[in-house]
Amino acid sequence: MYQFNVYRIGPEIKLGSVDISFTNASLFMVISSLAILIIFNLGAKKKTLIPDKLQLISELSYSFVAKMISDTAGSKAKPYFSFIFSLFMFVLFCNMFGMIPYAFTVTSHIIVTFVLAAFIFIGVTIIGFMKHGLGYLKLFVPSGVPMVLLPLIVIIEIISYLSRPISLSVRLFANMMAGHTMMKVFGGFVISLGIVGGWLPLSFSVALTGLEILVAFLQAYVFAILTCIYLNDALNLHH
Amino acid sequence: MLKKIVILFFVTCFACFNAVFAAESGGMPQLNPEFWISQIFWLIITFGILFIVLTKVILPKISDNLETRKSQILENIETADKQKEESQKKIDEYEKIIIDSKLKAKNYFNEAREKILDDINKKRAVLEKDLDEEISEVEKELSELKNKSGEKINKIAAETSAELIKELIGEEVNSSSIVAIVEDQSKINRERKDV
Repeated sequence: MYQFNVYRIGPEIKLGSVDISFTNASLFMVISSLAILIIFNLGAKKKTLIPDKLQLISELSYSFVAKMISDTAGSKAKPYFSFIFSLFMFVLFCNMFGMIPYAFTVTSHIIVTFVLAAFIFIGVTIIGFMKHGLGYLKLFVPSGVPMVLLPLIVIIEIISYLSRPISLSVRLFANMMAGHTMMKVFGGFVISLGIVGGWLPLSFSVALTGLEILVAFLQAYVFAILTCIYLNDALNLHH
Repeated sequence: MLKKIVILFFVTCFACFNAVFAAESGGMPQLNPEFWISQIFWLIITFGILFIVLTKVILPKISDNLETRKSQILENIETADKQKEESQKKIDEYEKIIIDSKLKAKNYFNEAREKILDDINKKRAVLEKDLDEEISEVEKELSELKNKSGEKINKIAAETSAELIKELIGEEVNSSSIVAIVEDQSKINRERKDV
């Protein structure tokens, strides 16, 4: 589990009595953000009718996220586009940078994903109450349920609503951690089986790398699309 | 034999697995709260900066680009349609001109032909008229000549007959009686010819 260790880079920084030192996790957050900013800034700079590669990347991602939002949350979610875009890109780039050997995977830490998920959860709840007032509580009362079952259903709905940040964060964290652990295990097999038997786990490792790249994209997509779905619940209240 | 190898492989794998995990110690670093606050702090900073810069600077540019491209493409399509229409119009006009000019050429040809035919007819008519006139004149002259020749012949006949008679008889005969005889004779000849 060495690859998930967080260690300090540079001096210890303290804010009051709290340790906020720059770590390898911080380093990879900075690298991911910078990479996003550089790629998309270069892509947005040129205003040619026929886009070049970087411009194409940025414009395709833009329309990809825009389509995802309009498909799941409708046109009302347009003001939240930039947040979901940044979220998707941040998670995607953190996942992808984690695929580089010896790199640190920011999203494989539960605290990072939980903070993101909790922020989304709180934000969506605030938006819901702002849009619908106390009527937002109707979210817990599905229509067309017999009166007898209603108390039970309401309790289940509330639990499912409250477990959203946990499920959202654990899904991303567990996927990233499991994938990297698996690669590490197969990597270990290669070493311990040596030149005779090491070829089989090596080929597994290669296949897993491909799978992990897929998972890295998929989990970022799932994270963003679940955010859109929660946002949709808050914006268009129809259960 | 194969079975044995497979079983051996799995046993080795299991042993290795155990060895790999035995090397690890201290459980998951994710649950060690030592750097949680630091991670949260840096996450907020980096994600916040990313979000602000994307929102304020980059995303508007990209959406602008997309919008301008969309409008430009629409414009281009419009102009292309317009030009297509224009070219169609021009083609129509051109075809019309060609058809018109063909008709005109035909007309000119026909006119010219008629004109020439007219001319020819006129000239022919004039010629024929001239010819007719000349012919009639000639005929007239001929008939005149014919008429005159009868008289002259009669006269010559009368003179010669008078001279012949003079030679034969030795005296002059009354010329009027000779003329009357000659005329009678010629009348008889003519009647014989006519019959």
